[in-house]
Amino acid sequence: MASPERRSTLAIEARALGFRYGSRSALDGIDLEVAAGEIVGLAGPNGSGKSTLLRVLSGVLGRYSGSARIDGHEVSSRSPRDLARSIAVVAQDGGFAFPFTALEIALLGRHPHLAGLAFESERDLALARDALERSGVAALAERPIDQLSAGERQRVLFAKALCQEPQVLLLDEAASFLDLRHQVELYDSVRELATEKGVAVLTALHDLNLAAEYCDRLYLLDHGRVDTAGPTDAVLTWANILRVFKTEVYVDVHDLTGKTIVVPLSGRVRARISGARDAPDRGSSSPE
Amino acid sequence: MTRRRSGPLTRARLASRLIGLASLLAAALLVGLANGAGEVSLARWLPWTPPLDPIERAILIDVRLPRVLLAALVGGALTVAGVAFQALLRNPLADPYVLGVSGGASLGGVVAVVLGVGGSGALAGLGVPAFAFGGALGALLLIERIATIGGRLTVYTVLLTGAIFNATTAAGIYLIQSLASLEELHAIVFYLMGHIPSLPLAALALLAPVLILGVLALWSLARSFNALALGEEGATQVGVDVRRVKRQTILLGSLITALAVSLAGLIGFVGLIVPHLLRLALGPDHRLLIPAGFLCGAAFLVLADLIARVLVLPAELPVGVVTALIGGPFFLMLLRSHRGAHGFA
Repeated sequence: MASPERRSTLAIEARALGFRYGSRSALDGIDLEVAAGEIVGLAGPNGSGKSTLLRVLSGVLGRYSGSARIDGHEVSSRSPRDLARSIAVVAQDGGFAFPFTALEIALLGRHPHLAGLAFESERDLALARDALERSGVAALAERPIDQLSAGERQRVLFAKALCQEPQVLLLDEAASFLDLRHQVELYDSVRELATEKGVAVLTALHDLNLAAEYCDRLYLLDHGRVDTAGPTDAVLTWANILRVFKTEVYVDVHDLTGKTIVVPLSGRVRARISGARDAPDRGSSSPE
Repeated sequence: MTRRRSGPLTRARLASRLIGLASLLAAALLVGLANGAGEVSLARWLPWTPPLDPIERAILIDVRLPRVLLAALVGGALTVAGVAFQALLRNPLADPYVLGVSGGASLGGVVAVVLGVGGSGALAGLGVPAFAFGGALGALLLIERIATIGGRLTVYTVLLTGAIFNATTAAGIYLIQSLASLEELHAIVFYLMGHIPSLPLAALALLAPVLILGVLALWSLARSFNALALGEEGATQVGVDVRRVKRQTILLGSLITALAVSLAGLIGFVGLIVPHLLRLALGPDHRLLIPAGFLCGAAFLVLADLIARVLVLPAELPVGVVTALIGGPFFLMLLRSHRGAHGFA
């Protein structure tokens, strides 16, 4: 990289990115980019590499092949502290060993910005309280984290990520334990971060309807590769979903939102459809 | 146990808690100095009283003073090592001995007893600790080598290696015991059960800075320990260099544990109960927990050692027996009354 001129650097840029767990390939030739202010989704079946990709980008997995850059700098060349100043991650929590309060957990988001044994400043504290407020858990500030429900803990971890003041936000199923209202609130505040502060967001999600509503673009991953990528509405087609998820869905455009809606078809519905299709002979219910 | 919490830790609260606990330690040290075999009033030390006679001098300065100071250092070090390992392993039931250092130390110490390595002159009484320390360091290096896989220490392998190592050294010790003479056997048992010796003050002057530096170095990792509450990945994602913190904690924690065990034998429960009580009383923030652990652990062991010294006068109990007899039931009670509330979910 001899050219230091400032072309507009992408917030996240992966080129031919590969990663192996031992001998098993988890990511294979991933090309992906996310610009500042964009919300980009990662969808795909279990084990397709969504979490691995997010973990490589956040610097917790070592030796990847190819290139993974955050704000133009290779992930492997940055210290955890340096990375944590630009990236925040919200993942599933792995349980908390000690009874830190929700406020103390949110304050851990300030960790990369503090040195040594330093204490949080008034500003840090204000940031943490504001983050809890935005995540709808301000009332739980003084409660020990291990006494909160899974959804509440997830929102506290979201507050921690906000508190980090990141330029890049990685979400790994960050809404999986949330009820309907809090899913919408969480993604609304993600959108606010993207549009108002220009935060680049990469989010792995299973809920394709959430993806349709909130993601500007979507990458469909399968077996560690990008199967399809593009504007969310263009990616979420019946054929793509059938190929990648091996599942029949009904895809339509919703009258109210103007966005794609995806309705998974249960066995019962599929049976009825195929029953209607070949109605005359009724031999299809035989188990053989 | 009042349940704390007036918001996150502030510098002012840290200072006030530490001053309070330091006074507690000072009080414990005075009580420890004032009591024991032989009649000496502490007031005899005041500057306006006539100088101490040789017997009083011997009791106070050569016997009790080094003993309470060593008890304080050992109690403080074991507690801090406990706090650090609990933070690193994310398990409130970890103690300073989980990593196998104690096994190495006790095997080394027992070998020294059997070989009759006492040390002489200025080194009098330091032969056993020296061997024990050698054993502890050997254990640490061995365990680190075995548990490092692909350049990484994983918590599981460290724990398993430690447990297996401790079991193996225990077998080694039984083997030696079964071959030892009756006299050696007594010395071995007394050593293993934990006993605070009255070291020469010069030896203490050498030991204290090392232990205290180790504690301070662990204290400097306190915010990283807090972040480890998020798990190793979560901690990395808020900027903790987990690999470095892990290595430093294991080395420093094992070093101070090794020093404590080589001098005082296996004193159980200090590194388990004191951190637990402090977490209940002061909250889990390691910026406070580590220095508070040092002060409180020190006071606890000074008092436990006092009980060991005076309970069955003119004989003495091993202090490890006292801490276990107080600690065990107390800990069970605590577990019952706070079950599921925190730390034991």
